[in-house]
Amino acid sequence: MSTAKKNDSSPLKPFYIADTGEMIIIQTAGLVFASFPSPADDFFEGPIDLKQQLIPNPDASFIVKVSGDSMQSAQINDGDVLIIDRSLHPSNGCIAVCFLNDGFTVKRLEIRGKSVRLLPSNPAFLPIDLVEGDELTVWGVVTYIIKKPS
Amino acid sequence: MVALLDMNSFYVSCERLFSPGLHGRPVVVLSNNDGFVISRSNEAKALGIQMGAAVFEIRDLVRKHGVKVFSSNYSLYGDISARVMNTIRRFAPATEVYSIDEAFLDFSGMQRYDLPAYALKITQAVQREQGMPCCIGISETKVLAKLANRLAKKDLNGSSVRLLKSANCALDLDKVPVGDIWGIGGQYAKLLEQNGILTAYEFTQAPSAWVRKHLTVVGLRIQMELQGIPCLPFESAPEDKKTTGSSRTFKICLNTQTELGEALADFAARVGEKIRKQGSVASILTASIETDYFRKDQPQYGRSFSVSFTTPTNSTILLVNAAKFALGNIFRDGYPYKRASVMLSGLVQEETVLPTLFDQIDHEKHRRLMLAMDAVNGRFGRNAVRTAAQTAGGVAKLTHQASLSPGYTTCWKDLLRVNVGFRSGWPSDVWEVGRGGLLF
Repeated sequence: MSTAKKNDSSPLKPFYIADTGEMIIIQTAGLVFASFPSPADDFFEGPIDLKQQLIPNPDASFIVKVSGDSMQSAQINDGDVLIIDRSLHPSNGCIAVCFLNDGFTVKRLEIRGKSVRLLPSNPAFLPIDLVEGDELTVWGVVTYIIKKPS
Repeated sequence: MVALLDMNSFYVSCERLFSPGLHGRPVVVLSNNDGFVISRSNEAKALGIQMGAAVFEIRDLVRKHGVKVFSSNYSLYGDISARVMNTIRRFAPATEVYSIDEAFLDFSGMQRYDLPAYALKITQAVQREQGMPCCIGISETKVLAKLANRLAKKDLNGSSVRLLKSANCALDLDKVPVGDIWGIGGQYAKLLEQNGILTAYEFTQAPSAWVRKHLTVVGLRIQMELQGIPCLPFESAPEDKKTTGSSRTFKICLNTQTELGEALADFAARVGEKIRKQGSVASILTASIETDYFRKDQPQYGRSFSVSFTTPTNSTILLVNAAKFALGNIFRDGYPYKRASVMLSGLVQEETVLPTLFDQIDHEKHRRLMLAMDAVNGRFGRNAVRTAAQTAGGVAKLTHQASLSPGYTTCWKDLLRVNVGFRSGWPSDVWEVGRGGLLF
């Protein structure tokens, strides 16, 4: 009987061959079906990648966290996480992260020609009309709202 | 044709992206240990704040003009830089990332296009998508593209794009001092000036045999590049670094061998992780320690020690051991140590290493252990698993960063908070209150 070197830390597993009494070592990679390969193997596409689905432009995308309730009828609530895509051009009716004068906010944009209004989505708040001297930067367009069910 | 894109005041621009209120205001970013100024906004430059100025030198200006000061947030800058580099890749068949804020774009075969208009589109894309202002210089060679970029940047009111053609750029080159040419260092600049060659234009007119004799073939290549003859190859795949290192100036001086040992172990662990990422192994580790050079009142001492490995390695355990061994050879009691470093050199690709006959170390075991350690640390954060020789808080604990901005793009708990306004019981920092945007 020939013996193979025994090594506890080795991933190699010894197999005994019954009729000759010899021990050989076969390296196994994961689970191998001896006779019936999985019929799903040829169709394997990998699990859904949420990042790929929700963030198609990762280099231009940013994630921010919301506080406040001025956008609650647009389903944006305190504590929600927003995905922002800066590569998108803001269009009328889109929701965007804006920087107005000295602070960030999230509002729906009403774009008419060259004039822009910021619309809250909460009857308790008034639309913001830009006046002379106001400085507005549309920082990025909101593409997804991520929230925990309450 | 080749183009060089260079981001304007890059670190400052990264900070401004998440603090847009800082546009138009003087802003500076400090070096790793809040030591000196490494990035300045135009407003800060206008105040006379110099590159490399020490913090104590600008203290009065900061107070008087309300200069906004940031510690360097390299994880943020690194992330934004990678995003910009990815963005510009779609505009050129090949790009060469030259530094954290500069990249060459290969425009060869595109001469027939309106290149300035095309480059303007690139700057607009980078501005829109990453919010980074940048300038692009275009020319026949890298050295000229670099000069063109400089001209675009200096022209504060003009376009952010500049095309320089070697056939008619004599006037522009004549305004550039030789010391400002890419690749002409202080020594060469001095030599040229002593010989009456003061501007880039005059350098192009110098006899090439003379240039070759005094500035070697390196200088000759730069001269030819300035004349519009490409000599520097386009390197789209970055060359593997042959050396790498980690060093810090400590916020307080370290006095004992134990403290220094922990710091050096941290550095060794960090560089180990770094070279494992690039798939290389190191042949030599050099550890250095030094006292505070600026405190002439204190005793001064500084020394390095190198350890060479029989078989090149990237195992944190072996690197940490080597660093400790090196420290044992150079440490002297009675000195306050202010700075320490670990350098790795003789880096080679891991797969090219042949095992040595008399090596007692099971390198395969180390390799698997490091693989597991990196996987765990990748998931649970750096230093989740570390050698017992390292400090508990990591290197960060030892350094001084008083004005660090959050990791807006790299850390979930640091996400930008956008306050959209509360109906009632708003926190005091809600800006909308004062704007009359609220009903009640």
